[in-house]
Amino acid sequence: MSLANVYSLYRTMEDENVILSFKGIVTAELLTSVLHIMEAKMDSMHETPRIRKKVFNVLVECLQNLYHHVENSSTPASREFLERKSALVLIVKENDNFIVKTGNYIDADKAQELKDRLEIINSMDKEGLKEYYQNSLNNSMVSDKGTAGLGMIDIARKSGNKLDFEFLKINNETSFFCLNVKID
Amino acid sequence: MEKLILEASAKTPEVVFDPAAGTLLLKGRSIPENSIEFYKPLNDWIDGYAASPGSQTVIEMKLEYFNTSSSKCILDLFKKLEKLNGTDVSVNWYFEEDDEDMEEAGEDYQAIIKLPFKMIEVEEI
Repeated sequence: MSLANVYSLYRTMEDENVILSFKGIVTAELLTSVLHIMEAKMDSMHETPRIRKKVFNVLVECLQNLYHHVENSSTPASREFLERKSALVLIVKENDNFIVKTGNYIDADKAQELKDRLEIINSMDKEGLKEYYQNSLNNSMVSDKGTAGLGMIDIARKSGNKLDFEFLKINNETSFFCLNVKID
Repeated sequence: MEKLILEASAKTPEVVFDPAAGTLLLKGRSIPENSIEFYKPLNDWIDGYAASPGSQTVIEMKLEYFNTSSSKCILDLFKKLEKLNGTDVSVNWYFEEDDEDMEEAGEDYQAIIKLPFKMIEVEEI
């Protein structure tokens, strides 16, 4: 990357109101650090406890989704493999709204499954989501890491907005999943 | 039976399970990546407590946040407590003013679990 490109990347982030960004592999340590930094930031921005908690909650779920996503894949370590494990996390503050944006690679077959689930979630209102969450909580089997597939429902409930998402086709096996969660 | 006491960490709540008083406290945040690992000793303790519980058992839930990975473990904990014999079990669910999310989280459990819940609004947990 040329030095001019560093500035243009910086400008883009500044113009898009990005207050925190990360690109790389989401590890447990990274997750802890990002949460810590974001809490301190929201403290210094004098956000209301309500917003602080919502942003924190959504961020925890988004980051832990990315963390478990990396953990669940098992491909040999190569440069390409490391890139596939990387994710992008951006936190944007626009007017009074926070937006958590994430991007990560996903297998094409899992992409369809996730897309279907997100569409179901987006078709529901507040009460519908509540019922869906309670049913999933009570009936779902938990994987050995304790993820119960509740994350996206919880993110939708806490955000109070429709989930904005897109799957970009990279090739026949892989897509890139972009998620925008607006909190207001 | 001994007390179970765990100090709070950045990702796990303070735990004080006191068999003599019949109180089970969870306080703070519960956001570990692997919640099953964290909740296992709590479940094991309740299995031991089930043998000779106090006449009353009160669960004091003073959580500030919890992740969805913890939510399933918390449900399993309640389900275990729901089955206790020889003790009146109840839940005090605390939430901070204006924290509608934590209030709703309490209502979620209330809808699933057949234990009496008392919803308690406080200024700060």
